[in-house]
Amino acid sequence: MEFFLISMLNGVSYGLLLFMLSSGLTLIFSMMGVLNFAHASFYMIGAYFGYTLTGLIGFWPALIVSPLLVGACGALFERLSLRKVHPYGHVPELLVTFGLSYVVLELVQLIWGRVAVEFQPPELLKGSAFTLITHSVEGMRLVLGAAPADMCASMDTAVRVVCSPFPATRAFMMVVAVLMLVALWLLLTRTRIGLVIQAALTHPDMAEALGHNVPRVFMLVFGAGTGLAGLAGVIGGSTFVTEPAMAATVGSVIFVVVVVGGMGSLAGAFLASLLIGVIQTFAVAIDYSFLSLARDLGWQLSAAAQDNTFAKLTVSQVAPILPYLLLVLILIFRPKGLLGTREG
Amino acid sequence: MATVYKFKPLNVGRWVIWSLFALLLLVAPLMFTRNLSHTMLEQMGIAIIACLSYNVLLGQGGMLSFGHAVYTGLGSYMAMHALNAVSGGKLGIPVSLLPLVGGLSGMGFAVLLGWVTTRKSGTPFAMITLGVAELVFAMSLMFSEFFGGEAGVSGNRVAGQPFLGITFGPQIQVYYLIAVYTFVSVAALFAFTQTPLGRILNAVRDNPERVEFIGYNTQRVRYLAFIISGFFAGIAGGLGAINFEIVTAEVVGAARSGAYLLFTFLGGATFFFGPVIGGVLMVIAFVLLSELTKAWLLYLGLVFLFMVMYAPGGIASLIMMNLRVAKFGKLRQIWNSYLGLGLTALVMLAGAGAIIEMVYHLQLNSALGDNLRFMGVMLNARGLDSWFGAAFVMLTGLGLFELARRQYMREWGAIQEEIEKEIKRRETAV
Repeated sequence: MEFFLISMLNGVSYGLLLFMLSSGLTLIFSMMGVLNFAHASFYMIGAYFGYTLTGLIGFWPALIVSPLLVGACGALFERLSLRKVHPYGHVPELLVTFGLSYVVLELVQLIWGRVAVEFQPPELLKGSAFTLITHSVEGMRLVLGAAPADMCASMDTAVRVVCSPFPATRAFMMVVAVLMLVALWLLLTRTRIGLVIQAALTHPDMAEALGHNVPRVFMLVFGAGTGLAGLAGVIGGSTFVTEPAMAATVGSVIFVVVVVGGMGSLAGAFLASLLIGVIQTFAVAIDYSFLSLARDLGWQLSAAAQDNTFAKLTVSQVAPILPYLLLVLILIFRPKGLLGTREG
Repeated sequence: MATVYKFKPLNVGRWVIWSLFALLLLVAPLMFTRNLSHTMLEQMGIAIIACLSYNVLLGQGGMLSFGHAVYTGLGSYMAMHALNAVSGGKLGIPVSLLPLVGGLSGMGFAVLLGWVTTRKSGTPFAMITLGVAELVFAMSLMFSEFFGGEAGVSGNRVAGQPFLGITFGPQIQVYYLIAVYTFVSVAALFAFTQTPLGRILNAVRDNPERVEFIGYNTQRVRYLAFIISGFFAGIAGGLGAINFEIVTAEVVGAARSGAYLLFTFLGGATFFFGPVIGGVLMVIAFVLLSELTKAWLLYLGLVFLFMVMYAPGGIASLIMMNLRVAKFGKLRQIWNSYLGLGLTALVMLAGAGAIIEMVYHLQLNSALGDNLRFMGVMLNARGLDSWFGAAFVMLTGLGLFELARRQYMREWGAIQEEIEKEIKRRETAV
């Protein structure tokens, strides 16, 4: 039970991090029709900015400042480069962001080096947010912060006590993601600028005719989307590792999220992020293969079958391909994506 | 409306170009006799086939694929396993036909995976190819029996019965095998662009809706093109397996797919011969540029970025545009501007290059001291004067380049107008 709870929480927190990234991507895509291939690169820049700024002004100010800086970089890129390519169509737009991802990767390696940097979360977030104590006699209990050592050890050998801590960084990740989700939703539906954005999304010509500067709205949306990626970068970088490969590891997963959720659907992206986060987290933790399944069912397998590569594969080994398998399955059975409305 | 009948029994220009291409393939290893140049020529042949097969998707079909290495890579693996089967005496085909094994397996995988990917076009297509590429790459780490794990699968190309004394032991024999395959593939891919399927593929790229109206299934057209592209990609992969005699998991990796995309685009996706230039550039970049400087990927990315922004037709389109100017005898007018552009760009690049190289030096080789040589000049990576000098050179170059560019744009616009007028005049004269 405690395994399930902790894995679930880990999965949800990872899913929420994915959502922080994919929300920006979806926003940009649904507004401008541009798939920002360099979105994960902005996530990486956010992490590295966060790392450098933490050394200068501390973690909490860096958490605010670096997403703003990343957003400014994104807006600048939109203004100087993407806008020039816009008349050529969507494929050159995708290509320009693809080229940017190369340049960003090299620049990051140029400035911060090729090995991981040590980006530590602040003291406040270093410990555990709460600890689940499973007592075989007294049942399950929840203690805020780290549990005292005597509570996790049992006097009696017959009584089994397991303490499962939940890291504070992950809890913080969840809080920030949920706050961001609410803020984004309020911004899009309850404010004037949100209305303009929605109008520019579906009827750009009409919005322009009514006197709104649609290219500037595009620039702001691109800046905001990349800023969200930067925010995810500061949190993701301090929770996981800050290294040049971090963009590649998360980049392809968020594309899967966007397709599985349905292109351009924010709610779909939310659902798909959580789904993929939970699936991946559980899969990594399960050490179970066809072989062990057969054993549990009491089947007798031949020696050849026992040595079969497919039979020996455990679920945790298959974990890296699960998001992509999900992508292929979704495309076959529901090409629109989970909550998508349009077929691309 | 007057119909103009043209009678052309022999397209002389085309015959000349293809003969020259064949001749070039024949004599290239005789002109460049060094071992390194032979290796590069072989890789160029392979890269040309791979880039051309990629361009069936990108240039002719408007399908931006991020996973082309899947088909070249899996073709490589299948050819390598076939080679090992030949060595073990289990398979009785000559080594010279192994690229076809690669091609057929590339085609097979394209039939299988393309069915999913070509259901969509445009941006979703790009993302799905990316997903499929990641899927295959992740699998390559899981199934070490087929993919050979970290070490890869290796083999020996001197296998089976020698045919007419050809054992593929000496490198020159491998070169000519690749040259033959390159010529045949390039010719076949060119012929493909002239077929009804190749034509309708262009229509699917430009206006899928209209193609649906005239009764074609666009998804089917994309699927067929994808299969053909997969076949030639597999041939390139099979040749790669014979050439290197080792196949590792990186041949299906995202970096390889990215390289195909990058260089096909740089060469020029809108013209048939663009990817040929791209393939040659790819090998030059991978073999020579990476030796020259550690920052080559950065330069490559920047060049690509500027190419997409300012010359979306790639190098091929630049050549064709200037050929048009030359054809109307106006190249002389713009010659000075080109000289100015080139010189100022060189100054700017020298400054920027010095800065980039100094940063790389600080990052990677600071143990070797602070001094580095850049274009015959000794720079001190920690010295203020070097930095100031480099920045000064770069900014001066940038300012002059901008001036030259404005002048050039004016002249270019004027010349294009003149050419348009000339064309109109000729039309009315007829």
